[in-house]
Amino acid sequence: MTEFNSPVFRRIYVWEFPVRIYHWLNATCVILLIITGYLIGNPQRIFYANEAYQQYWFGTVRFTHFVTAFIFFFNFAARCYWGFVGNSFARWTNFIPHKKSQWKKIVEVLRIDILQTTPSKHTDIGHNPLAGLIYFLSFLVFAFQSITGFALYAANSTSLLPKFFTWIVPLMGGDFAVRQWHHAFMWFFILFTMVHVYLVFYHDYIEGRGTTSSMVGGWKFEKDEELKRD
Amino acid sequence: MPKKLPSFWEAIEEKGYSRRDFLRYCSIAAAMAGIEAAGLPKVVRAFEKKSRPPVIWLHFQECTCCSESFIRSSHPIVADVILDYLSLDYTETLQAAAGHQAEKCLQDTIKNSRGEYILLVEGSIPAGNDGIFCMIGGRSAEQIFKEAAQDAGTIIAWGSCASNGCVQSAKPNPTNATPIHKLTSKPVIKVPGCPPIADVMTGVITHLLVYGNVQQLDSQGRPKEFYSRRVHDTCYRRPYYDAGLFVESFDDENARKGYCLYKMGCKGPVTYNACAVTKWNEGTSFPIQSGHGCIGCSEDNFWDNGPFYRHLPNFPGFGIESTADTIGTTLGVATAAGIAAHAVATNIRKKKLIDGQKERALKDKDLNGDEGGKE
Repeated sequence: MTEFNSPVFRRIYVWEFPVRIYHWLNATCVILLIITGYLIGNPQRIFYANEAYQQYWFGTVRFTHFVTAFIFFFNFAARCYWGFVGNSFARWTNFIPHKKSQWKKIVEVLRIDILQTTPSKHTDIGHNPLAGLIYFLSFLVFAFQSITGFALYAANSTSLLPKFFTWIVPLMGGDFAVRQWHHAFMWFFILFTMVHVYLVFYHDYIEGRGTTSSMVGGWKFEKDEELKRD
Repeated sequence: MPKKLPSFWEAIEEKGYSRRDFLRYCSIAAAMAGIEAAGLPKVVRAFEKKSRPPVIWLHFQECTCCSESFIRSSHPIVADVILDYLSLDYTETLQAAAGHQAEKCLQDTIKNSRGEYILLVEGSIPAGNDGIFCMIGGRSAEQIFKEAAQDAGTIIAWGSCASNGCVQSAKPNPTNATPIHKLTSKPVIKVPGCPPIADVMTGVITHLLVYGNVQQLDSQGRPKEFYSRRVHDTCYRRPYYDAGLFVESFDDENARKGYCLYKMGCKGPVTYNACAVTKWNEGTSFPIQSGHGCIGCSEDNFWDNGPFYRHLPNFPGFGIESTADTIGTTLGVATAAGIAAHAVATNIRKKKLIDGQKERALKDKDLNGDEGGKE
């Protein structure tokens, strides 16, 4: 006897290990980068009782920012690679809406999220097309932030990688503008994190398919009848 | 027929300088241009043998601070040599000739030394309204510049006006002030700064005379010798930055202690110049050493890059006093509020859903129960 008249759910392995590692490494990096980046832009008045030779805290904050940025960049690059070799849920086709059905779905998800309409029976197993599109746009921001960040970093670095990005400086009209935009886009990450976390909880809450835990274990749950329909 | 011009050595010898003075000048010039000691004979030879190239120094929309800076080079002989003997054939500020004579000088130099003369340009060029905002001898700055640039051996943009427009090109730029590199297809060596450091100017000229036209330039056309490092990275207050010790206001204890001026809007971290290394006025001081932040005068567009006393500029399109942070915070709060409202609505809806489901389940159970009873 079932308490509720629920359909039978089946387990589907959606997020492969590299995707999950990418996600959590990225989340950690983004949070660290936001905190250290904010501090670099707005240094707080702490440890003013000490002399300069007794401390290096601001230097450490910057160092953390730079090291995290390198990890963030290579992690991002690895995810781009996985977009071509990963499973069907990780493919780049999920992120760039190129089919009419995807655009239709985007409108539907917008209605679910904003107007709180009831989801139709058929839900996407991986990313819904709206989420995919937003992730694609955030990938563009990742790229922008990497380019501007490395371009700024190149001035105090001897390593090779940052030098590949200095072309952006004359294009934007000097370090000043580069710094300003690099700083402004920090707010994208803050807003993205807020909305992203909430929407994951929201979809998990209304769909009940284990959206939240799927990024830990990789499993999602789908109604049997839905799978048969595909 | 153009005569062969005398060399530097010949010229200054004539003026009564000793050989010792000449060599001293050569070593200072070499040091300024970043040439190592082993390269000194090369510098001496260049100044001994090479005939001085003729120079045309044009003044357009500017304040003459570049010239003022230039004549205050660290070594008096530098000014002497360059101003008297660099064969400065035409420069509005310092030439003896006037009127038609002066214009003839300009024409003669262009005609007689085609492809050889050095063209120094101070000031931006107004490209708006057919250039009526800056006319010299009945011709617009643009016409004069284009004519002089066509046959120039080397073109140097002196100062921020010629390099990136400086104050004249600040919004709304009524005269359409244009930096010179946009008006010629020839390579331009930019020596930005408002004004540029005198010793940097001499250094650039020295390099040019010793090595010919082979300055190593950065991505923005500035000589790497002087513009490859940020003021921030060469600043003597840098340790305070890394230690997180900042001046909070210009009259606080931290200012007296000489802490980092980052929070006072110092543009050192985004400015490429040699101020902290060569310093100004014979190495006396530079803005940060005098307790004032760098205003980034050698950077492109520095007048429009926000207030001098705040590091984060005004965000374009959001009125004064709104930085990216104020806008970001507002958006953040709005987002949080939106999420909270959304969450409340979701919960109301979900409660209905669960209640409905429960009811249905109970109904099913009752039905099942009845059927069970019949069997």
